[in-house]
Amino acid sequence: MAVIVDEKNRVVVQGITGYQGSYHSVAMREFGTNVVAGTRPGKGGIEVNGIPVYDSVREAVELKKADTSCIFVPAPGCKDAALEAIDAGISTIVIVSEHVPVLDAIQIVSLGSSKGVTIIGPNCPGLASPGKAKVGILPSKIFLKGSVGVVSKSGTLTYEIVNALTERRLGQSTCVGIGGDRVTGTSFIDILKLFEKDRVTKRIVLVGEIGGTAEEEAAKYIRKNITKPVVAYIAGRTAPPGKRMGHAGAIIARGLGTAESKIKALEAANVKVARIPTDVPDLLDRE
Amino acid sequence: MKLFEYMAKAVLRKHGIPVPDGFVVSSADQIRKIPGPVMVKAQVLIGGRGKAGGIKPAETVDEARRVAASILGMKIRGFTTKEVLVEQRLDVARELYLGITIDRSNRSLLIMASPDGGIDIESVPEDRMLMLPLDPLMGYQPFVGRRVAAFLGQPPEQSSQIASICHRLHELAVYEDAELAEINPLVVTKDGKVVAGDAKVTIDSDALFRHKEYENLPEDLTPLEQKAKQLDIAFVQLEGNIGVIANGAGLTMATLDSINMFGGKAGVFLDLGGTDDPEKVKKAVLLMAEANPKVILLNIFGGITKCDTVAKGVIEANLEKQIAVPFVARIKGVNEEIARDMLRDEGMIPASGLSEAAELASKESLR
Repeated sequence: MAVIVDEKNRVVVQGITGYQGSYHSVAMREFGTNVVAGTRPGKGGIEVNGIPVYDSVREAVELKKADTSCIFVPAPGCKDAALEAIDAGISTIVIVSEHVPVLDAIQIVSLGSSKGVTIIGPNCPGLASPGKAKVGILPSKIFLKGSVGVVSKSGTLTYEIVNALTERRLGQSTCVGIGGDRVTGTSFIDILKLFEKDRVTKRIVLVGEIGGTAEEEAAKYIRKNITKPVVAYIAGRTAPPGKRMGHAGAIIARGLGTAESKIKALEAANVKVARIPTDVPDLLDRE
Repeated sequence: MKLFEYMAKAVLRKHGIPVPDGFVVSSADQIRKIPGPVMVKAQVLIGGRGKAGGIKPAETVDEARRVAASILGMKIRGFTTKEVLVEQRLDVARELYLGITIDRSNRSLLIMASPDGGIDIESVPEDRMLMLPLDPLMGYQPFVGRRVAAFLGQPPEQSSQIASICHRLHELAVYEDAELAEINPLVVTKDGKVVAGDAKVTIDSDALFRHKEYENLPEDLTPLEQKAKQLDIAFVQLEGNIGVIANGAGLTMATLDSINMFGGKAGVFLDLGGTDDPEKVKKAVLLMAEANPKVILLNIFGGITKCDTVAKGVIEANLEKQIAVPFVARIKGVNEEIARDMLRDEGMIPASGLSEAAELASKESLR
């Protein structure tokens, strides 16, 4: 078992003809993902690395039974791409594209949730279930199959932590990068819920950062509903208020979103919080 | 992207929200006539202008010029006043608050209203504040404006003006991609009109591709931050003396935090983003050198980035402008051994783990 993606998902890559889309469609396939199609309006009929390209998602669904989409389309076309996928009946959408306008994200996420579509991102590295499949851009070689579920707002920081887990032979069930934007389709709570239910996942790592109150909400949820041990790391202890630290969502505004508040809430929920990312395996080992 | 008050008010006017008559000048002698008694207001992108003496009344043209001359050039919390807004003075009966922003938890727009306007809205008690998330699928409906007006408790004539302003403010947010549009105070004048006394509008910088009109506006950035923006690099200047270059926002923040554990303090946050372009690495290193840190710490976790490519960028930067300060490099990923050797040959300090790198950089910075 794993959450959201495994070898059964049939993936269409939207924007497959671009550098990212083309590179990662191959990387996904090598990881075990069943990449069945790509799309690029106007380029239907060609192949990219042996993957058939269609003009529309609808064709990929009808002809190749695609049920999962991975979007690499640049921000100006991202809303159109995501709504096209929702309309075509895709059930899981991973939006890798960054710099998506926040009002577009709101529209994508609300339409998606009204139709029961799982949306991950925007501005996320995607997710990987080692030994089964990955959808997104996470580097394949850092993973090891196992029982730790990882959920994170960040990309490279997640890689750093997953790599540290793997070096200590702490394999992973699924790693989900939910994205660092202010509005994302999937929250910490959505993923925690799945990890709690998943039989393979035994322990959970949560990687958060300053900005918003998602970590505090997750802490409240953990206290009430999660029985599996959780270890966390929160980036941005030393970030000054009012400055946007790289991610659109990583800003301490109006006194909300400080690392202290998040760490306090998590510790109150019995979550061990690491001081530096590479301490995560130590804390997890003790759980 | 924050707009100056006069720009924000122009946007409000464009969307049919009443604002006082006024004009903006950059020198006192540009004031030729005024629409009766006025307020002269410093145009800076920071709150607290009034307390700092950046907002003053004037009755005549001469007085307006004198006041403008005293405000222009004034430093307000680190920002120099380059322009003043000369604006008709309102006859204030009541001050309210109305705003719209992004609700991260509800993943929607959020309307905020309070009968206690004209003060710092964060100091308003919760029960005097209406927070109304708008269901994105429902969009704005007239009942929302009625609910806001009812909460503000004004007589029927003003209530209908408030409901209409609320509707237009929502239109503005959607049409202009405003992540924040705030009217504080929303003034009820003695003759019963509802007018925007002050306005803050922030445009979502990710939406500028469809708002070319905002693209070249001045921002509250330092010259180096401005330069970084052009290079598509996230760059924030901080108080300490270690320049941190990393890839990815989370990893860069984590690097800052790790330095702090060893007693060091970051002076620059530089997030390269996802890149394996040596040219971008080179430009980032050169930009960092311009910020004059005491130590530079490079922390790259190369998922798909090749480490030798990163090392090449660093070495090219060093060739162009000799980096005289200690340079600690931690690069992890494909070809990391090659990269480490390349950097060692260049006189740089290689590190293998994040905490080792943070410790080395902190030690160097405290020397």
